[in-house]
Amino acid sequence: MSETLHYHFDVDGASFANAGRASVETKKLLRQLGVAPNIIRSISVAMYEGEINMVIHAHGGDADVYITEDTIIIILKDEGPGIRNVEEAMKEGFSTAPENIRALGFGAGMGLPNMKRYSDEMHIDTKVGVGTTIELWYHLNKQQ
Amino acid sequence: MLTVEMLAKELDLNIMMLPDGGREIEGGYAGDLLSWVMGRAQPGDAWVTIMSNMNVSAVAQLTDVACVIFAEGVVPDREAVNKAELHGINLLGSDLGVFELCHKISSMLEEYRDEN
Ligand SMILES: Nc1ncnc2c1ncn2[C@@H]1O[C@H](COP(=O)(O)OP(=O)(O)OP(=O)(O)O)[C@@H](O)[C@H]1O
Ligand SMILES: [Mg+2]
Repeated sequence: MSETLHYHFDVDGASFANAGRASVETKKLLRQLGVAPNIIRSISVAMYEGEINMVIHAHGGDADVYITEDTIIIILKDEGPGIRNVEEAMKEGFSTAPENIRALGFGAGMGLPNMKRYSDEMHIDTKVGVGTTIELWYHLNKQQ
Repeated sequence: MLTVEMLAKELDLNIMMLPDGGREIEGGYAGDLLSWVMGRAQPGDAWVTIMSNMNVSAVAQLTDVACVIFAEGVVPDREAVNKAELHGINLLGSDLGVFELCHKISSMLEEYRDEN
C-alpha cells in the first residue's frame, strides 16, 4: 500500500440521530484493512469525541480520514464558534455544554482529554468566530 | 468462560436484544457520562448504565463492550434499540439498582475466574 487512502464524512450538526456515524464507519473500514485492534480502539474513542464535539458545539462539520502505510490522520474541521481558551478546554471537567445536552450523557468535559490520551499527536487550530480544526495522528509502525 | 447469555440467565435479566449471546464477558464498567465510558470501558466489559438514549448504542459499538445492561428498570429509547440492532449489540435490563447489579456481576465474574 503505497498510495494514500482517503475517506470523507459529513458530520450532521442538526440532530443526534446520526451522531457517531463517521466514527462507526471508520472503525469498520479500519477493521477491513486489518489495522491493529488497539489502534482501532484509540481512533474510535478519539474520533467519536471529536465528532460529538462538532455536533454539540459547532453545528457539524467535516471528518476526513487519511491512511498511508505507516500513518493514519483524522482531520475534524468545523466552522463553529471556535475555542476561546484551548488550555482551559483541554482540562478534565471543563465544559460549556448546556443542560439539555448534559441530560443525554455529554458535558463531562472529558472529550478533548480523551482525544489527547487516545492519539499519538493532537493538533488544535482554532479561531473564535471562524472555526476549529483538530488533527489526530497515529503512527502505525511504532513499538507497541 | 462467562458469556452474556449465561449472565442474563443467572441474573434473570430482561433481554431486549441478544444478537451475540455467546460473547464472553471479561470485566465490567458502570457509568452514565459518555466521555467517561468512552475513555474507561474496556472491550469485553459488561456496561451498566441508566442512560437510555441512542448515543448509548454508538458508544457501546465503539468501545466494543460485550453488552449494555440498563439498571433500575430503565427502558432504552426506540432509537437506541434500533441502533443496537443495526450494530449487533447486546442490550439487557434489570430492575436492580446499579450497586446491587454490579455486585452480582462481579461475583459471577469471580466465580467463573476461579473455575479456570
Ligand atoms: N469543535 C468545537 N468547537 C467549539 N468549541 C468546542 C469544540 N470542541 C470543544 N469545544 C469546547 O471545549 C469544551 C471542552 O470540550 P470536551 O469535549 O473536553 O468536553 P464537552 O464536550 O463539554 O463534554 P464531554 O466531551 O465530556 O461530553 C467544550 O465544552 C466546548 O466549550
Ligand atoms: Mg466533548
